Formats: sequence, structure tokens, C-alpha cells
Amino acid sequence: MADAGAQLPDLLPPKFKAWFDGRGWTARAHQLAMIEQARAGRDALLIAPTGGGKTLAGFLPSLIELAERPPANTPAGLHTLYISPLKALAVDVERNLNAPILEMGLPITAESRTGDTGLSRRQRQRVKPPEILLTTPEQLALLCAWEGARLLFESLRCVILDEIHTLHASKRGDLLALDLARLSTLAPHMRRVGLSATVDDPEVIKRWMAGPAGPGAIELVTGPAGAQPIVDMLLSEGRVPWAGHTAQHAMAEVYEAIKRSKTALVFVNTRFQAEFAFQELWRLNDDALPIALHHGSLAAERRRKVEAAMARGALRAVVCTSTLDLGIDWGDVDLVIQLASPKGAARMVQRIGRANHRLDEPSRALFVPANRFEMLECQAAREAIAQNVLDGDPPREGALDVLAQHVMGCACAEPFDMLELYDEVRTAGPYRELSWEDFERVVDFVSTGGYALKTYDRFRRIVRGPDGRWRVRNGEVAQRHRLNVGAIVSPAMLAVRIAGRRGSVGRKIGEIEEGMLEMLDPGDTFVFAGQVWRLMGITNLDVLVQPANDHDAKMPSWGGSKFALSTFLAKRVRQLMTDQDHWRVLPSDVREWLEVQRDRSLIPAEDEMLLETFARGRRHFMVCYSFEGRLAHTTLAMLLTRRLERLGAAPLGFVCNDYALAVWALNPLDGLDYDALFAEDMLGDDLEAWLAESFMMKRAFKGCAIIAGLIERRFPGDRQKTGRQITFSTDLIYDVLRRHEPDHLLLRCARADAATGLIDVARLGQMLSRIRGRIRHARLDHLSPFSVPILLEIGKERSPGQAGEIILHEAEEDLIAEALQ
Amino acid sequence: MTERLPPYEFVTAPCGALRLTLAGAEAELRTSGALWLDGERALIAADLHLEKGSSYAARGQMLPPYDTRETLRRLAAEIEALRPRLVILLGDTFHDRRSEERLSRQDAAGLTALAAGRTLVWVVGNHDADGPKALPGEIAGELSIAGLTLRHEPRAGLAPGEVAGHLHPAAKVRAPRGTVRRRCFVTDSERIVLPAFGAYAGGLNVRDAAFAGLFARPPLAGALGGVRVHAVGWRFLAAD
Repeated sequence: MADAGAQLPDLLPPKFKAWFDGRGWTARAHQLAMIEQARAGRDALLIAPTGGGKTLAGFLPSLIELAERPPANTPAGLHTLYISPLKALAVDVERNLNAPILEMGLPITAESRTGDTGLSRRQRQRVKPPEILLTTPEQLALLCAWEGARLLFESLRCVILDEIHTLHASKRGDLLALDLARLSTLAPHMRRVGLSATVDDPEVIKRWMAGPAGPGAIELVTGPAGAQPIVDMLLSEGRVPWAGHTAQHAMAEVYEAIKRSKTALVFVNTRFQAEFAFQELWRLNDDALPIALHHGSLAAERRRKVEAAMARGALRAVVCTSTLDLGIDWGDVDLVIQLASPKGAARMVQRIGRANHRLDEPSRALFVPANRFEMLECQAAREAIAQNVLDGDPPREGALDVLAQHVMGCACAEPFDMLELYDEVRTAGPYRELSWEDFERVVDFVSTGGYALKTYDRFRRIVRGPDGRWRVRNGEVAQRHRLNVGAIVSPAMLAVRIAGRRGSVGRKIGEIEEGMLEMLDPGDTFVFAGQVWRLMGITNLDVLVQPANDHDAKMPSWGGSKFALSTFLAKRVRQLMTDQDHWRVLPSDVREWLEVQRDRSLIPAEDEMLLETFARGRRHFMVCYSFEGRLAHTTLAMLLTRRLERLGAAPLGFVCNDYALAVWALNPLDGLDYDALFAEDMLGDDLEAWLAESFMMKRAFKGCAIIAGLIERRFPGDRQKTGRQITFSTDLIYDVLRRHEPDHLLLRCARADAATGLIDVARLGQMLSRIRGRIRHARLDHLSPFSVPILLEIGKERSPGQAGEIILHEAEEDLIAEALQ
Repeated sequence: MTERLPPYEFVTAPCGALRLTLAGAEAELRTSGALWLDGERALIAADLHLEKGSSYAARGQMLPPYDTRETLRRLAAEIEALRPRLVILLGDTFHDRRSEERLSRQDAAGLTALAAGRTLVWVVGNHDADGPKALPGEIAGELSIAGLTLRHEPRAGLAPGEVAGHLHPAAKVRAPRGTVRRRCFVTDSERIVLPAFGAYAGGLNVRDAAFAGLFARPPLAGALGGVRVHAVGWRFLAAD
């Protein structure tokens, strides 16, 4: 199989054959298959494991085509566009691609273009593009909104979408799909090529990446199966803790594992965990091993330094978050350690793939569960990986705020005909079902804001000319649009800088989210970038800090895990928990924990939900083990407390984690009709009523308003103003719009976003229908083993946003107490 | 060393308003953000910024065109509830000099109706220095009632008896449970700065230097909650 090259010798031109031979390589079957698909002019999706020469397989057809092209006396123009989800990956691939180009002496230029590329190079690239351009979805959107887009792209023959599984199921993916549709219009002969290592359902990806000819026109090419990874679980000598997310108990053993390997990547789920693990490892680091830290809040130059040291083989371990999930080739990693819950099997396969880039040798990974439920989760993930069944993102319907941005971009590039654009948009996977009515509403929104009250007709952003085509009103409007392109909305970030003497501002060490600072006062200490700092003060957009010597920093909580436990993995955890014969694979203390749970409460069947009630102190508790992830649980808990309130149970509070939720109340919670309590109709009026006031809706609205161009992130010549800043809040717009036009397009977008993202209503709905008539109630006179982890989380959480009135109340009461002293 | 100052005296009315004495006059800080002087039956609202939405739209940012309607709705609700003899708009009632031209016929009629049967006074501000052209009401630069001086922009330094707007005060309230930012009144019981009443008006943190020197002692913030005004002391207020 691996020697399929021998059967298809003519696919590889002599120059290329010689290059392969010179390196002692043979072209792999999937690499040749990709050449074959290209010769036939077909689109292709390549799924091949890491280390399988996937990137080269993607580029080989273009390199061959360009090498065989007869010399011309006109500028060659752009031939191949490569899109990467990460800037760093685009730059890395540029380096790797230039090696064969130089070694074979091919007359081809390949250049990257990212937000970090210098202005003069970017300007030159638009006028005199390289044959191969390596870039990101955001840069592509920008190029598509440029007046010269048609001229730039008309020569395009191929677009390569790398790490395609990370691109498709998001607003970023919506925008990219729309830009691909545009490219197909400008360059009808362009082929689409997708590359991925981990895909659970190729059909979903095909539907997303397909062009006008539909998903059926895409050929699936699969690489050889890589060696099965070896995934071990760290069965700590100390017993597995009941609760917690840091895996502190196992850190000494993690350190030993690092010592035994050449280079280890230590993955964690949050930046907070990264900082914590980094501190703990250095506390133990008697051998002074070079251990580094890498996460998204660190300043870019710090991250680049770590990456460079890694590439040189100068590091023994890097503690990192998802920033290192994706395909940058780091040579010598031979162990991947996952600290705490893996959350999903596909993400784990991706991470494990970071170790060992050779196909025939297995990657090695070590799971370190932080608590008992995570032990079940790690085991379930191991089994899923061994059976090669993965979780994946379901297909999504394209968001209308993203479409609005795209329509504006199209108008900035050249005048468009509404019907033609509608047909083009519907060739993009996520927008295949788009109705004409919705499209009209989006165009109206782009033009005038799309309000029922038609007072803005004279202020249109795009106008319809006598030729029936829509064009942007003027150059200024176009320029402002281009400054705000992109579908990633990040929370407000503040730069962390070292405070100098006499109020001067020093070096930037990174960025943190605004919300995190709300828990710190000047003088407090916190860990950031692997060091303890003292907060000196906050100016407009800078957080001023100085190094502190404290060992016990006031550790800011950076929120729970960013990722929710996947539906797929949750199901496997439930299966493992239910199947008592299966328990023997678990360590003895976890097995014991399950057995005591069985004896003192009960273990539900796989499709049932366990609900326990018990009294403790003067409180009555209800704990549900629904395994649907923190977001869905939080929504469920909010809705349940509303209902319990109406039933007179006087609920006082709740707490949620990925596995369970607990509600406590003044009155008993065990005589209730649980089927009625959990009836699906709670997703109707109760949800609407709660959602309308919810800060999550406001946050979702803000994201949509920014993407759709209602609110601008940046103005031309925008400078950080000093002095007075009157903040203009999208919450005010939200309130006014909700009262006066509740059906407005952006409110619809916000509701859709909140339902799938922040509050996960979709998942909650599936769960409520799954457990209908299948709630197993255990009335206990004591705590159950399962309930301990969740009860231990009480008091550790803050309730964000919606607690506004309570906060005001608290401050006021303190004032009264102060006044009465 | 520091003399302990007596706490501020205030009472929360059943409607949620905060009642206190302002330079000797009885004043009610309303949940809406307006000030009510019961003795004079006078309702005072600052910084309505009518037609701010269309002002942005003219520059290509299509904010919902309902801000004027919403602001007038809230003002009408206060007038309905209090039946004032005197309604004083404390400056920056319009967002810019051409706002009045952009006012929809319906909103202009609504505003005219509010003036019927009572005296409407437009204290002019920096955004609307000329006052209205076609709308009813009297135009004034300053106004004295109940021993108080009403003007748009606060005088620098101490100014006992002054009622002003212009600064759009907002309080960032910090409590054990978290932080929340709301529009607020700010007063030392000698003078007061009103929050902006307009639906789209932003807020300036009361810890900003623009408020420095206005008060004789750390002032009290009356933060606008959903159903009542919360009296919050200076030490619970954070900078942005």
C-alpha cells in the first residue's frame, strides 16, 4: 500500500521524483492520489494522520502545475491560496514549503500574509501577488472586500484549507465559506482542497467546504492509519481527589514523567490552570529543567520566544493551553500530558498528535485526572480513542450577522446585483437553506440598519444605482468596514505592563480579560506569565504591575473550563458509570466510590437521570446528575430555580459543574413531581422571560452587533484617548431595540447565538427529551458519594452579571453598617 | 486625626426614589434619573441627547432609531406619575445642532404634548446652545428655584445649591459578589450632578478627574437600579 508510487510513476514529474529519492523518501499513496485528483480537476478532502506528509500532499499538485507551466511574459498572478486557522501556522508552512521549492530550484514564490505582516509587503502582495499565498480567514475577508479583488483572484486555481475541522463549525467558518463562494465566482476554475488529521464525519466537512457543484463533487482521500497512540492514565499514588480541577495531587508524578521524556507538552484547559501548573512544576524543579509556559494571554513576543526555543529542542516541557493544539511542527515532542479533564475525544486526538511526527511510531500520552468524575471521563476518552470513534461538531446554519458583514464586504469590492449575490451565497455550505426573505432583510440591514421605522433611508451605507446594482456609499464607509472585518469577537483585553518609577509605563508582558480584574484591588498579588505580580493600578487600557515576592498570590479565578464536556464523551461516561463489569478497569479508590454510591444511593441506567434529595443543616438539597456540561447545567439551574420559586420551595442558590447541578432551598425538595419540574416546556416562556433580562443575551447581542457592523471596533485613525472616556454601552442599544423592535434581525442573531453557545439550549432540549419519564429519584438521609464533588464547589463560584441588583444591595447594606458603627 | 463626618441622611421612598435634603431643599432622586422638587412641583432631567441615534446614522453607524421615542416615553411616564407644574430640561436635550430638524413628526408631537398645561423650560447646554427653534417652551441659560441654581455644566470648585448635568455620572460599584456599573446621581447634599436621562447617553465614571474638586467631602452616589435608587458610599466606588 505504502508503495503505491510504483504503480503510478507518471504522476510525479522527474524533478520531483529525484527530490523524493534524494531524501530517501517515496511518495505516499495519498500524496499521489491528491495529484491525481488535481489532474482531473476535482475538489478533494484529505484525511491523514499527523506525520503523514499531509501538508506536502496538499501543495504537491500546485507545485507540479506551476513547475510545468510554460514561461509567460505576463505576470503570473496568484495560483494557490492556503488558509490556516492560525497566523503562526501560515508562517510555519511558508518555511516548510520553501524548502522543496529551493531544493528543486522551482520558479515559484510562496509568501505568507497575516495581521503581523508589514504594511509595505501587504500592499505589494495585492499588486504583485506571489504564486502561492499563505494566509488566514480574516486576511482573505479583507482581500475580498478590496476594490481589486476581482483582478487579484481571477487567476486563482486552488485553495487549500488546512486543519479544516477547526474552521468549519463557527462564525469564522461561516465567513470563510462565504468568501470561498466569492472566490468561486471570481475564479470559476478554482479547486477546493481540505486537509485534516481528525475528522469524525467527513460528510459534515464536505457539506461545509463544497462549492457550486455540491458536496458530491468532493473526492475523499484518506492517508494510511497512523500507529495507534499509547494513552496511559496517571494512577496517582496519592488517592484521586473528590473534587477540584488542578490535579495538584499528582504534580510530583507529572514532574517525574517530564524527567523521563525528551520533550513533553503539558496541556491544560484554562489559562489559570496553565499558570498554576507552571508554578507547581517549578516548585518541584530541583533539576532546573527548562520548562516554559505558553498561553493566549502572553505577549506575542514571549510566545514566539517559547516557540523558537521549542523548535531548537532547548526545552524539556511546555505547559500550554489550546494555543498549541494545532499543527506547528515542533520536532521532538515525545510525550503529551493532559492535566485534568480532556472534555472531548477529538480534541485529545489532536493534542496527542503533537507528540512524535513519525507515522510508524505511536504517539505517547498521559492523562492526569483531577477528580473522580474526571477519572471516568479520562477512561471513556481513552476507550473512544482506542476504538477510533470521535466526537465532532454538528453542521451549523450560517449566522446572519456574518452574512451582513460579507454583504458589506462585497459592496466594498464592487457593485453587486442582489439576485446574483443571493445565488452565490447559497452555494456556501452553511447558507444553502437561506431564504430570500432573510437575505433581503440582511441587505436592508446593511443599507439602513433594517429597522421597521424607516427614518434612515437618507443615510444608507450601501445604495442601489440606476443599473440596479448596490454599491458602497463612499470611500470612507468602505474604509471603516475594512477596519472591522473578522468574525472573532474577543472580550475587552487590557495590556499588562510593568509600572516604572514616577508613573512611567514599561514593557508589556501580556493581556488579560477585563472581567478578571474586577476581583483584584490595587495592592493585591496575582500570578501571570509564570510570575507573581502586585497590581499597582489601572490606567485607561493598561494594567500596571510590579514584581512581587509573595509566595501566596491571590490567585484570580479565570473561570471554569472554556470547553464543555462533549455530548459524545458525556454519553460514554454515563455508559461506563452504568456498566458495573466495566468498573474493574478503574483504580480501586474510584471503584470503591462507585460501589458506595450504588449501595447508599443508586446508579442510574444509561438513559436515566439520577436525582438525589437530602437535607443538610437547615437546607434542602436537590442534586441532578445530567452530564451535559456546565453551560447547559447553568441554564437548567436558572430555569429550575424559577419553577421551584413558583412551587414555593424557596430556592436559595445553585452550583453547576460539567457533570451535575445542585440546587438548595429553604423548603423540602423531595415531594415534587419531577417529570413536571423537568418538562420540556420550561424552554418556552420561562426561557424567554429569563433570557430577555439575562446578561448572556446582552453579551451575545454585543458580539452580533460588532460582527454585523452595527458597532465598530475601530475607527480610522483611532488613537487611545487619554483623559475623559464616556463609555458607550451596547446594553443601552439592546434595551431600546428589545422594547421597540423585538423581532429585529440582530436580536434574532443574538438569540440564536445564546441558544447554541452561551446557554446551550439546544443541548438542554435534547437532554430534557431524553430523560422524560426516566428520572430516578433517590431520597437520602445523608450525602451520597456522587454529591460530594459538586457540594465542594459551593462557595467557590461567583455568579456573574445577572447579580447586578444583589451587588448594589450588598454595597448599600455595607454602607449602612458602616454608618451605624 | 481626620474628623469623623456624620453619615449622609437619606430615606428610600416607597416608589424606590431616594429622598434627601439638597442645600436646604427637599429633593427626590428618581429611579428614572430625574430629580423631583416636591415644594415647587418641578421635574428636572438632564442630558436627553435626543436624536443621538440618527446623528450616528448620518455618519454610517445605524443605531436603532428609537432612542428619542424611548427617552420621551420615560419622561412622559414621570410626568404622568408626578403631574409637575414645571418641567426643566437641563441642557444637551438635543444631541447636536441639527437634531431638531431630524425629529420625527410623531416625536415632535409627543414632546409638544408634554408641555401642555405646564411650563417647559429648556436650559441650554453645549450640544444645543441655541435652544429649540419650533418646539414650545422657554429658553434659559440658568434658573433659580427653591434656593437652588439650575445650570447645565457644573461650575468648577464648590458651588453650594447647584443642580447640574453635563458630566453623565456613572458609578462602578464594587461589592463582595462582584462589580456593576450604573448611571448615578452624585451629591454631597450641597450640590448635585444628575445622570444623563437619554436612552443612548453613555456614562463617565465619578472617579474621573472631571469630578475632582466639585464636592466638599467624598460624595454619595445614587446608583440607578431596576426598581430603586441605591445609595452607595464613595469607598465602594471603583475607577474604570
